[in-house]
Amino acid sequence: MASIDELQKTTIGEFALFDDWTGKYEYLIDLGKQLPLIDPQYKTDEYRIKGCQSQVWLNGELQDDKVHFTADSDAIITKGLIALLVRILSDQEPLEIAKTDLYFIDQIGLREHLSLTRSNGLAHMIDRMKLMAHDFTERV
Amino acid sequence: MTEQIKSVKAPSVVPGFDVNKIREAFPLLKRTVRGMPLVFLDSAASSQKPRVVIDAISNYYEQHHANVHRGVYALSAEATDLFEDARNAAARFLNAGSTREIIFTRGTTEGINCISTCFERAILQPGDEVLISGMEHHSNIVPWQIACEQTGAHLRVLPVTDSGELRMDLLDGLLTERTRIVSIVHVSNTLGTINPVEEIIRRAHAKDIPVLLDGAQAAPHMIIDVQALDVDFYVCSSHKMYGPTGIGILYGKEEWLERLPPYQGGGEMIREVTFEKTEYNDLPYKFEAGTPNIADAIGLAAAIRFLESLPRDEVLKHEHELLKAATQTLTEIEGLRIIGEAADKTSVISFVIDDLHPHDIGTLLDQQGIAVRTGHHCTEPLMNRYGIPGTTRASFGMYNTLDEVEFLCQALRRAVKMLRG
Repeated sequence: MASIDELQKTTIGEFALFDDWTGKYEYLIDLGKQLPLIDPQYKTDEYRIKGCQSQVWLNGELQDDKVHFTADSDAIITKGLIALLVRILSDQEPLEIAKTDLYFIDQIGLREHLSLTRSNGLAHMIDRMKLMAHDFTERV
Repeated sequence: MTEQIKSVKAPSVVPGFDVNKIREAFPLLKRTVRGMPLVFLDSAASSQKPRVVIDAISNYYEQHHANVHRGVYALSAEATDLFEDARNAAARFLNAGSTREIIFTRGTTEGINCISTCFERAILQPGDEVLISGMEHHSNIVPWQIACEQTGAHLRVLPVTDSGELRMDLLDGLLTERTRIVSIVHVSNTLGTINPVEEIIRRAHAKDIPVLLDGAQAAPHMIIDVQALDVDFYVCSSHKMYGPTGIGILYGKEEWLERLPPYQGGGEMIREVTFEKTEYNDLPYKFEAGTPNIADAIGLAAAIRFLESLPRDEVLKHEHELLKAATQTLTEIEGLRIIGEAADKTSVISFVIDDLHPHDIGTLLDQQGIAVRTGHHCTEPLMNRYGIPGTTRASFGMYNTLDEVEFLCQALRRAVKMLRG
């Protein structure tokens, strides 16, 4: 399993191949469509991160001392961004997740999606992932 | 990028109206976004400002600023003259009978909160009713909910049809002997529907019920005459009618404003204060506690003079042409459904496309330099009425062009293609 740092670098490399917004967004849409379905039991209010416009559902559980994340959204581009976060943070050690710096978001030019906290709940999702990981550190 | 809008040279179909000249008056429209010309289609949320408004505010701060009304010195008198001249402009804009009926607020929301709070304190009793409609902005729902909770009154709702019009057939039944006020939107921010407010006012007045109109969307796109409407309260926001943010107008009939208690206490609204009792100031100052927003009132006056300098009939015709063109071209997109198909509409067009999420559509339009609004537009109950989470909304101001409508359509086709994959 590659480290969080390695996965971020791979992602930055992938996005460097796109020379305009179209390719980048087509890729995000594609990732969104490929994101494995979340177990319906987690698609409830309890697991929902409420955004003003698109909703995000997130579940994290400890599997073999690593945090396994599954997530979903009703908007496909948000789902693509979720797919990137899940790819980078899922199945990593809790402490690694809790202390990580997600620099890839800036470098692939998607920071604006995080500043729009009210519209897509993505920034809250990252906070929630780190918080879950932090709570799991005590159980490892 | 080949699809990019090339120019804004399209001649208007309205004779005598030159949209390019209008655009020149708005400095911000010259800027680019992501290296592309900005296509600003969110004027229903807030319009851009002409140079004269920006200059009026700077000039006030550079040359005339002092606190108003109390100063004995020349500068304060100048500021007071400019501020009261703004009140004159506002009265003229709404055709109010007197400046005593013009209260400056922070905007439409504060105007409604002022009246709902005054009704809560002085009028509403347990079992009374407040009538709103199913297409209200949250700003015309929540203040009345609070007033009802505080007093034991009930909120009643006039429903909306599938096409986005008020169920006028149900109005008389909802105007009961317990109805204390009807508070209705003049033009819907989500649907663009122009409501038959003359008829609503006539029927409410037949039962001695006062009417408040939320004119936030109507003021920039219609000619408002509060005396002809015979409306009791009319509220609007400067920033949607090409003026600055942070200021709005509350018109109230003098007899109502005299009857209602003050909204907030403080300086300006008093005549004499002792610890035992305060005597309130005359209208309109009774409702303007604290130092007012002088600079933005002056900016609003500049916006009103700007509107007055234009042939407004032609401006409104131009906006209607934009709506007509947008309706026609957008409906050609497969799976697109317009939400709000009233016969009488301002230049607002809300739509959904199959099961595509408005947030995704908005994001991909933004990448192409187009600013639209997506979401529930602060009308969640209305979205629930249509069973949708939200819409994508394009709204046009006087400075938008037919080229921009065409570009929206192209960009939208591209977004849909990408999302459907």
